[in-house]
Amino acid sequence: MSRQQDQEPRYTPGVIPYKQMGYWNPDYEVKDTDVVAVFRITPQRGVDPEEAAAAVAGESSTATWTVVWTDRLTNCELYRAKAFRVDPVPGNPEQHFAYIAYDLELFEPGSIANLTASIIGNVFGFKAVKALRLEDMHLPVAYLKTFSGPPTGIVVERERLDKFGRPLLGATTKPKLGLSGRNYGRVVYEALRGGLDFVKDDENINSQSFMHWRDRFLYCMEAVNRASAATGEVKGHYLNVTAGTMEQMYERAEFARELGSVIVMIDLVIGYTAIQSMANWCRKNDMILHLHRAGHGTYTRQKNHGVAFRVIAKWMRMAGVDHIHAGTVVGKLEGDPHMVKGIYDTCREPYTPRNLGTGLFFDQDWAALGKIMPVASGGIHAGQMHQLLTYLGEDVVLQFGGGTIGHPQGIAAGAQANRVALEAMVLARNEGRDIWHEGPTILNEAARWCTPLRQALEVWKDITFNYASTDTPDFVVQESVSA
Amino acid sequence: MHITQGQFSFLPPLTDEQIKAQVIWALDHGWAISVEYTDDPHPRNTYWEMYGHPMFDLRDPAGVMKEISECRRTFPNRYIRVMAFDSSKGWETPRMSFIVNRPEHEPGFHLERQEMQGRAIRYTVRPYVTERPEGKRY
Amino acid sequence: MSTAQSHADQERTDARDERRITLENDGVRQILEKVNRELVGLAPVKARIGQIAALLMVERARHELGLTTEPPTLHMCFTGNPGTGKTTMALRMAEILHEVGYVRSGHVISVTRDDLVGQYIGHTAPKTKEVIKRAMGGVLFIDEAYYLYRPENERDYGQEAIEILLQAMENDRDDLVVILAGYKDRMDRFFQSNPGLHSRIAHHIAFPDYSADELRTVADLLLEEQGYHFTDDARKAFADYLQRRMQQPHFSNARSVRNALDRFRLRQALRLTQQGGSLGVEDLTSIDAQEVLASSVFGENTDSGTGPSGQPSPQGSTTDPAS
Repeated sequence: MSRQQDQEPRYTPGVIPYKQMGYWNPDYEVKDTDVVAVFRITPQRGVDPEEAAAAVAGESSTATWTVVWTDRLTNCELYRAKAFRVDPVPGNPEQHFAYIAYDLELFEPGSIANLTASIIGNVFGFKAVKALRLEDMHLPVAYLKTFSGPPTGIVVERERLDKFGRPLLGATTKPKLGLSGRNYGRVVYEALRGGLDFVKDDENINSQSFMHWRDRFLYCMEAVNRASAATGEVKGHYLNVTAGTMEQMYERAEFARELGSVIVMIDLVIGYTAIQSMANWCRKNDMILHLHRAGHGTYTRQKNHGVAFRVIAKWMRMAGVDHIHAGTVVGKLEGDPHMVKGIYDTCREPYTPRNLGTGLFFDQDWAALGKIMPVASGGIHAGQMHQLLTYLGEDVVLQFGGGTIGHPQGIAAGAQANRVALEAMVLARNEGRDIWHEGPTILNEAARWCTPLRQALEVWKDITFNYASTDTPDFVVQESVSA
Repeated sequence: MHITQGQFSFLPPLTDEQIKAQVIWALDHGWAISVEYTDDPHPRNTYWEMYGHPMFDLRDPAGVMKEISECRRTFPNRYIRVMAFDSSKGWETPRMSFIVNRPEHEPGFHLERQEMQGRAIRYTVRPYVTERPEGKRY
Repeated sequence: MSTAQSHADQERTDARDERRITLENDGVRQILEKVNRELVGLAPVKARIGQIAALLMVERARHELGLTTEPPTLHMCFTGNPGTGKTTMALRMAEILHEVGYVRSGHVISVTRDDLVGQYIGHTAPKTKEVIKRAMGGVLFIDEAYYLYRPENERDYGQEAIEILLQAMENDRDDLVVILAGYKDRMDRFFQSNPGLHSRIAHHIAFPDYSADELRTVADLLLEEQGYHFTDDARKAFADYLQRRMQQPHFSNARSVRNALDRFRLRQALRLTQQGGSLGVEDLTSIDAQEVLASSVFGENTDSGTGPSGQPSPQGSTTDPAS
């Protein structure tokens, strides 16, 4: 049968299944340069999973709902995404993992906005699926090379801060809202003087009636410099430059630079393009870029619909941020230990092998993009130091907001307690002690000579957040899923 | 004033046994170790003087301990730190840094403020000791 | 028991220390056995090593019972011609020292003059110190140590290395064992000019040359290790070979034997490939007399006595002219 004859019925006007439109090809051989996505699809009742997968492939690439003759003016086969594999989700008969390959030609170099406009553009509202979740993506080295990645990266951040071999310590100023600039700077000063490396604006601290952004910047930098002189260490405060327009963000970032800040902060809600712009600005201005993942919970948390956070982490490594909030395992916010490990690996490793146990569906070579320092924040305290170091490793910012500012003897004492607990734990780990089991003993030993730590351990001794995680890996050990 | 640079400045001064354990951790990772000293502890003073080259290919901490004790004997009243360098791809940077000797008295830093336009301030952190010439500071 | 009685017991205990300690050390025994297996002959050396090992264990026991406080001096000097097992013995000695607990890691850093002595002023001290630091926790083996000392050149930097070495041998005794090695006569002259070095060495061990019989055993052992053996004719030819070779200059004992075996294997391989046809295990593992007899020591126009370039080899210890 000739190609001509084969194709004619395909372009007869009307509506035909996506599978027949060329979006399903189980024999497709994935190319090294393809972008591959794996979606968790929940088809509408009666819709064949392969057809649903083909529909997702179609809607996230070239298709519309009906046949168009204008396809034939293009090399349409190239531009069509191909669903090539559908696996049932273990333990959930309604759901399937659909693997879809996209040719590199579909994407503009260096644009997360363009990438996501395809992959998650229209398709999530698509009627043929009840729910849809982007579980993971494989990004080819060829595409990664069009992105600059983190403006600073873990290695350079540590060199600039002159801080090596231990997690960094931070805290978010509390209360989140309402402090005047002067009062706000007091919190920053006390926490930094006490032993933290960083203090942080919260995601919704921008420029409100109680505190104009310039005031905040001025008082915070006074605090940072006072603390630096008091300790001999480089200190920082993540000045949140999030604002209504790009122009305002630049204005704020430039003021932060003029005042000598080493770091600025943005919120995820500013959007991918704004993030990439700020990454460029930071690279140009020797500034570390801290990203608060504000808003992600709306689409990352539920397993059946949305975008898994590991995918957001991948996009952020490409877009270029230096810090990203990535879960604590033991704190107050969502985070299954295995999933958190997958996200941390995505941020920090030069190469992440496929590991379904940590939610990673693909081998991923990071093409020498810089490493993002993950940030663990939310409901953690000094008494968990051994767990935090074990789960999260040493290239992480541990943020003890309440655990610093809520200390009975004051903010500086809280900071000191955290720093002592941290250093004692790193020392013990390096000495070869089994910190997972001996952790509490190690902390108590340090607490004998450090009163603030003793008080911290006493106050928060029973605080844990033992709730079941909603985002957990779905896999059975023997299955062979590969793209 | 007590400078808190380095990994373990919030702990009581490390004993030689404790230092040795940290050195073993570094050697076990294949890191080269250097001993550095300074009389200018400014937070941005990146380059302390090297007490000899970093030590590569050591199998045992004794060589480092010897270097530390010689450096302490030569410069008893300076800051001395131990650093561990990782040469593996993706790092190629220090992985450890901790202070093993301090001057008896640490005078600390003066924070100088220069008033700029619009209430902005330009800050300069100046170690009090650097008002004296190098070598005569502690 | 009355109180008076118990007091008496107490006094008796005080008078005679009844603590016990055992000298058994499986590790050391195994190392000595290994020495016996892998080194042929060398009876006097093995005896000395056995004595030293025993002394180390007793010293350790005395130390543990608090009878001695000073760490013993452990530096040694191995003298003998090339190929008499000095380097191998240094490796085993490091293992013994490690086993008995005198060095922590038991590694051996093997150096010669060039590793210690610099090319220009100020170069030697850091170089020597770096080597010493690397060797700490183990054994520093200095081959042909006498080259450190060059009296004919008064500005030679070797003297600086010797002084630094001396200092380390004294001050870092807990962390460093130095073994000097080389020819007996040269080492004696070296010590005459450097008495300080001599006095810091606790054990001098002389490694005798191998007899022809011993060398044949060495050859059999080496071949067995590599999965080869001599045919009967070849064994006879090899005895003949040895007799001739041992008369030649630059004979290096076991090292010469090892080199000769390497060449025999090359010739065997060439013979087999040229011969063609199918080969059995016996073909592949046997060294035939013709491999041995092809050696130049049997030839009329041998170039024996000179190095490959026709010049006498400069240090006479490593080059092996017989081919």
